[in-house]
Amino acid sequence: MTLFLRAYLALIVGFIFLPIVVSMAFSFNDARFPTLPLSGFTTIWYETIFADPDFWRAAKNSLIVSGCTCVIATFLGFCTAYTDYRYSFRGKSLFLAIILLPPTIPLIIIALAMLAWFSRVGMSGQVVSIIAAHTVLTAPFAMAIIRLRLSQIDESLEAAAWNLGASEWRAMREVILPFCKPAILSSLFLTAAVSFDEFTVSWFVSGLNKTLPVHVLEIVQGTIDPQVNAIGTLVFGVSITLVVISQLLIFFRLQKAAS
Amino acid sequence: MTEPLVVLEKVEKRFDDFVAVTGADLTIGEGEFVAIMGPSGCGKTTTLRMLAGLDAPTSGEIRIAGKVMNAVAAHERDTPMVWQSLALFPFLNARENVEFGLKMRGVDAAERKTRAMNWLERMEIAEFAERNVETLSGGQRQRVALARALVTEPQLLLLDEPLSALDAHLVIRMQSVLTKLQRELGITFVYVTHSQSEAFAMADRVVIMSRGEIAQVGTPREVYRAPATRFVAEFVGRNNILPGKVAAAMGGSVTVETALGAFAVPGEAAVGADASIVVSADMMQVGGGENTIEATVISEEFVGSIVTAFLEAKDGTELKVQVQERVLADLDLTAGSTVTLGWATKDGHLLVEGT
Repeated sequence: MTLFLRAYLALIVGFIFLPIVVSMAFSFNDARFPTLPLSGFTTIWYETIFADPDFWRAAKNSLIVSGCTCVIATFLGFCTAYTDYRYSFRGKSLFLAIILLPPTIPLIIIALAMLAWFSRVGMSGQVVSIIAAHTVLTAPFAMAIIRLRLSQIDESLEAAAWNLGASEWRAMREVILPFCKPAILSSLFLTAAVSFDEFTVSWFVSGLNKTLPVHVLEIVQGTIDPQVNAIGTLVFGVSITLVVISQLLIFFRLQKAAS
Repeated sequence: MTEPLVVLEKVEKRFDDFVAVTGADLTIGEGEFVAIMGPSGCGKTTTLRMLAGLDAPTSGEIRIAGKVMNAVAAHERDTPMVWQSLALFPFLNARENVEFGLKMRGVDAAERKTRAMNWLERMEIAEFAERNVETLSGGQRQRVALARALVTEPQLLLLDEPLSALDAHLVIRMQSVLTKLQRELGITFVYVTHSQSEAFAMADRVVIMSRGEIAQVGTPREVYRAPATRFVAEFVGRNNILPGKVAAAMGGSVTVETALGAFAVPGEAAVGADASIVVSADMMQVGGGENTIEATVISEEFVGSIVTAFLEAKDGTELKVQVQERVLADLDLTAGSTVTLGWATKDGHLLVEGT
């Protein structure tokens, strides 16, 4: 790679991560207003948020939502990916197109539509509604990750299991699931991460059951408060950890397959 | 009366409009080593998959050990298969792969381990038992696959081109492993291959398939010396085929009028029937014989002790002759020279078209 490309890459990474780094830095800064130079180190903002019951309620909601979303989305993603791998049927490409549709729709449209729909069916403003909405958003990612893994399988593998006496369910448990395990784990982490820091849809459908990103917005709307930096840093920390674990799982698996 | 272990009766398999196998009648006895061979797409693998229950016949009947198998699910049969890709489970080690069939049958862990280790020892790969199968060599993986298929002690083992991914020297080695194993176990092997040398080297009987139909069943020698159809004559080895019409017939011998002359050949056929004379390349002699053809040498192929020369008769018919390398120097087979090829009448094989 040439020096120019390296510099270009560094600039892009800088552009993406600088705001986050700045926010992290200010979360430990003991001034009320975010101005340079930094005045001194403090953990007061973290102490403030940890003492705030609103923060804990939002954190609990976020954990419940991302925890449930990742399980449901990965389950649905696995089912559709397996359907695609195993069966061919009329209208299969339409089926796949519809499944992969949600990420192509602007979030604000999905959010509004969800809000309208949930209030119509009497489900608005509940934790369950956020879970349902996030599942719609993340299931296509789960499906894509697991589908990629299934595309690497030796097609005789499942038949070999039947041939050795495994029923279809048994073969699923003994062969397909172990084979897909890295992708399933990766999908769990990735969908949890997406759900954990998703803001737009959560803001519309959460009502009084705020998640962390919604809580952050509400603080920002009121005042300039360095608490926001502290919460942001925590949310970022959780999400990036989940994403990195997810990527490592995919990366090592692909590398192994290639070698 | 006990019927043979495997019986196929008028078996047909269609995939939508495509006829993969049709009118297949075949019996395979206990302890027999049968090779099914033919070019790709001839239906040999589909036949094997039907025996394993992975494809269901569209019509006809398959019986194994006297029981109609058409509707028996794959996992309820005891017809293990060695796959072309081997299909070893990459997330299990060698021993766990071998244990798989026992685990599915509810054998407890301790006994599974003992039986799997016995088989790994028998296949001389016990030292690799705990290794990830992806780290094993091709030959070792082959042995794991065999052990995995045989650990449940089946009556019938199906093999789908298992040696096709191996190096030539390993193929020869595995062929002797397989024939030895089959003799020792006394079980039936059904072996699908496109390789004539593999089929002839191992099988008691070969089944030759073409376009979904069984073209001929016989011992390797029968199929080689007396091909039943033109397809078999062309598919099996180096045959010279001289097409023509029967001009005269008398007392177990006919005369066939071909573009290169009229030749006598043993056999029975009606005068006027379309017929060919088949002379295998190793029966052709350079210099002369009871029947002779003039031909020009085109090229030669050296494979060790045997040399195959390719020649062209004056009407363009391609001819082949195999000679020992040690006598090659005495013959004038340089490209471009014209020689006389001949064969004894008794070495010709009559092939009547449309039979």
